[in-house]
Amino acid sequence: MSGANASPIGRSQQEMNTTSLIEAVTKHFPQAVAASHSYRGDATVIVRAEFLLEVARFLKEDPEMRMSYLMDLTAVDYSAFGKRPAPAFFASSGVAVGPSPEIPDENPWPGPPGETRFAVVYHFFSVTHKHRLRVVVPADEAAAEVDSVASLWPAANWLEREVWDMFGIRFRGHPGLKRILMYEGFEGHPLRKDYPVKKRQPLIGPVN
Amino acid sequence: MPIETTDLTPHSHSADLETRDMLLNIGPAHPAMHGIIRIVAKLDGERIEEAEVEIGYLHRGFEKMAETVDYNGVMPYTDRLNYVSPLINNMGYSMAVEKLLGISVPERCHYVRVIMSEISRICDHLTCVGASAMELGAFTVFLYMIKAREYLWELVEKVTGARMTISYCRIGGVKADLTADFPEWCRKAFEETRKVLAESDGLLTRNRIFADRMSGTGVISAEDAMAYGITGPFLRASGVDYDVRKDNPYAVYDRLNFDVPVGTRGDNMDRYLVRMEEMHQSMRIVEEALRQMPPGPVQINPETGHAIPAAEMVDLAKVGNIEAISGDSAVTCPTLEGSGRAQHASIAADEKRVVFPPKEDTYGNIEGLMQQFKLVMYGHGVRPPKGEVYFPVEGANGELGFYVVSDGTANPYRVRVRPPCFAIMSALHKILTGDMIADMIPTFGSVNMIGGELDR
Repeated sequence: MSGANASPIGRSQQEMNTTSLIEAVTKHFPQAVAASHSYRGDATVIVRAEFLLEVARFLKEDPEMRMSYLMDLTAVDYSAFGKRPAPAFFASSGVAVGPSPEIPDENPWPGPPGETRFAVVYHFFSVTHKHRLRVVVPADEAAAEVDSVASLWPAANWLEREVWDMFGIRFRGHPGLKRILMYEGFEGHPLRKDYPVKKRQPLIGPVN
Repeated sequence: MPIETTDLTPHSHSADLETRDMLLNIGPAHPAMHGIIRIVAKLDGERIEEAEVEIGYLHRGFEKMAETVDYNGVMPYTDRLNYVSPLINNMGYSMAVEKLLGISVPERCHYVRVIMSEISRICDHLTCVGASAMELGAFTVFLYMIKAREYLWELVEKVTGARMTISYCRIGGVKADLTADFPEWCRKAFEETRKVLAESDGLLTRNRIFADRMSGTGVISAEDAMAYGITGPFLRASGVDYDVRKDNPYAVYDRLNFDVPVGTRGDNMDRYLVRMEEMHQSMRIVEEALRQMPPGPVQINPETGHAIPAAEMVDLAKVGNIEAISGDSAVTCPTLEGSGRAQHASIAADEKRVVFPPKEDTYGNIEGLMQQFKLVMYGHGVRPPKGEVYFPVEGANGELGFYVVSDGTANPYRVRVRPPCFAIMSALHKILTGDMIADMIPTFGSVNMIGGELDR
């Protein structure tokens, strides 16, 4: 019964793993890796979009890496990050009640991956070495286009379609980039922060 | 749905007969497609030459909605991802947020979560095996398995108060401790489940009709399965022993002994066998966890022998009669018995900014009331630091991952679910190609497609 209050994941081993993983990628692609961190033990490298395919191929084929799985591929729209309105406080009573303070963090997260609006996030996993790596690729709004990795991991086919559907990020070289969860004819990309939650479109729900 | 094209070019494999391919549209309104999947198959006779799978008919915008509510408010939405095993979704999401917060729950709480998610896994496999057996004509097995699931859901109901959409976990703990008679109920339910599994095994495993339809159909190789991101029983049937509970152990899975069944052929029959064995292993995990679990207050006598309804407690507190209620437990509903002050320390993390106070404190003193208010008032609530985490758990269908991004406010900035059956569905066209049209039914059954998590 050792480590009753230890973290749910074997932290020390994980951390050793993450540092060496990040180092290996950075050493191999010094010009491709813009930044890296291991917030909460998740090894993360931020890769410039033009090097994505090269890095991805390395991750898949290098014997030290052997990322057999593209576990997840998604995106985050950082356009509203840090800009959300302050939480409610009771001004009418004359007493302003501020929100509870953020829980402090001794090892803070370095923040969004850059100035770009979107970040495409890849989660890789290796069955051989049992390690995980997150690759973040910043994508600009104007040319929201990233290379497709569907040729390396067929799993990316549907995942990239979903990112296109939800965020409007295109994938160069994708075998058939079309909507997957929404219907053809749907206007806009629902997970963008500027898409209103309650917006209705004619083909779904009551007619406006 | 209109069928647009028909390929009229004759094929050369039959010298004198003119043959042509046929496009067959199955679903979305087809009972075998569970009402939400459309497969357009190109047939050569009865053989599927090409298939196109279309999803999205059950999209409800889970990820968008999660951005509009606070962290605990996402919990009911996660119930509706894989609604057959909601406890695993609850656990995955709350562990992701706990990782973001950097807190850990008490040891007993880990055991409670493990026990409840293994029970959910059994329910999920029972549903999957039962339903796919029914689709092959074995209606009896379906009824037997649903009977066993009923015993387990009664067990779940006793602990959580609901059968399916249970919202049992909280960030930093669970809603209530196990009831004192839980081990006894669990033993009875498992006895019934084992009986049902033995019966179903006898009816199915060496049944000629069943075996003929399952063996050699829906085959996928280990390499293909990994390339498509397939995890869970579907992958293990192809011979890869990847299981999140073993390879990235979370909660207390590293202290429990269990085997991961692995198939060899990657066909429907192996997937059936893997699921049957996993149910036995899950029961083994629960039994061992119940033995290992540190004793909680539920296993000792509470300080006072009685509890009073919460409404009465509020009334007494309103008139200032604090002596009458001090030391008593509040009963808010029959299933909340386990969430009193006596149990609180063992089921909820020691972090006032995250977990709700025990009900006696909420109703009995101002500190407790404020603690509760600070968590439930609009704009307040749990506020993790800025950051991003990914946390995988082993769902009933495979790796269920939650990727949560926080901007330091009370609402999650982004919640992404990695649904396990999405990966399997994306490979379905490949698995179906080359099989007969009738094989689509057992293959689709073995995918255990759950619309809630597939389309979110």
